[in-house]
Amino acid sequence: MTGLAVGDQGRALAAAARAGDRRALGRLLTEVEGRSPAARAALVELYPLAGGAHLVGITGPPGAGKSTLVTALVAAARAQGRSVAVVAIDPSSPITGGAILGDRVRMQQHAADDGVFIRSMATRGHAGGLAVATVDAAAVLDACGFGLVLIETVGTGQGEVEVAALADTTVVVQAPEMGDEVQALKAGLLEVADIVAVTKADRPGADQAAASLRAMLTVGAQHDRVAGDRPRPRRPEVLLVSAVGGTGVVELLAAIDRRTPTAEDSASGRGNAARVRAEAQLVGLVMERVRDRLSGVAARDGLAEAVRAVAAHESDPYTTAERLLAGIMVTSHE
Amino acid sequence: MAGRPIKVLIAKPGLDGHDRGAKVLARGLRDEGFEVVYTGIRQTPEMIVSAAVQEDVDVVGLSILSGAHLTLLPRITGLLRDQGMTDVLVTAGGIIPHEDVPVLQEAGVAAVFGPGTSIGQVADYLRANVKPRDA
Repeated sequence: MTGLAVGDQGRALAAAARAGDRRALGRLLTEVEGRSPAARAALVELYPLAGGAHLVGITGPPGAGKSTLVTALVAAARAQGRSVAVVAIDPSSPITGGAILGDRVRMQQHAADDGVFIRSMATRGHAGGLAVATVDAAAVLDACGFGLVLIETVGTGQGEVEVAALADTTVVVQAPEMGDEVQALKAGLLEVADIVAVTKADRPGADQAAASLRAMLTVGAQHDRVAGDRPRPRRPEVLLVSAVGGTGVVELLAAIDRRTPTAEDSASGRGNAARVRAEAQLVGLVMERVRDRLSGVAARDGLAEAVRAVAAHESDPYTTAERLLAGIMVTSHE
Repeated sequence: MAGRPIKVLIAKPGLDGHDRGAKVLARGLRDEGFEVVYTGIRQTPEMIVSAAVQEDVDVVGLSILSGAHLTLLPRITGLLRDQGMTDVLVTAGGIIPHEDVPVLQEAGVAAVFGPGTSIGQVADYLRANVKPRDA
């Protein structure tokens, strides 16, 4: 298919998706996930129409209750008559490339509701590209009129903050059995939280977990005002929720809503989250294009020979990398 | 989009709660390199079809043991057609009598996998029969 036809197809999908065609929206998200030329054409149309939605990252360890909490938040937002989109990410196997996308199991009660759109995505071993694909998917859903976009990340350990950090508001979900106070002192996930939701509040120990999180997360808060321009971790509020009992969910949604970016933030592009997201997306896209072009250069000039020469210590990797980069620059003028 | 893994929805329509087979198949297909969206038990035809639309899957795999296949499966293929999902491959598994298979095929179910089918057979069938995307 020619580039023009692919572009037309992407633009047609974008127009149909905006007009409320759910099938077209589903297809367009497939293109976005596949980083296709059709998706690029669609995003060129849709990006200027996005920016109105509140992007909320929901992250936390496996089994903490992210999907259950997302489902409860969707129900609360629907009760207020708002349309909600969910992007639920699960891991791909690094060995087979296969994936179980299982977040929908808890969300299917909303499947047939036209005001809700749920899409599962596999991580597919994108090196940094997952963030770009996720932000693009959120922009598509935003442009299609979903005012609240919940991005449920894979179950995270202590360090994976990349995707969650791209949302306007990041909710870190912790189960009561999170460990002792030292866990709350560690760097990483909790530092990117705007809100910490302690789930399963119906279980014993939830109150203590919330109390120790509050205590530990506020350590050092008095130094914030003298820190000047030095980067500071966020000071999240800690809320107790029980999705099963239905307690705390409306309060959590209200806390999320209080963090909705203002119209001025969106218009000026000055909102901190919007800037962080735009930078990650731009850098990610440039890297993606460089990788694409490197494949082109590799096909034409024989990357295999360069790899062999470096592996055999006949060439050094620095000079070889410069030569490949020069080849990419030539390609980009074609 | 060369290299996109085949995306499969595994769902259990109707009221039977026996999902061991569906879970084993989901896990097996994962190991065969498929992306498997698992929706769980007690799904209505409407829930299954809107999930297929939102997820833009290549295959809808339906596991049913309750005996209601002649009611529920044609309802699902009909709703898929209404949504324009004519290119999606619909397969079924579970306890389905041989004499019902032609009826289901007439209704748009491409293949019925009974007890004893290996995961490899299902995976090979899907790879051979999923229509390639033109984009």
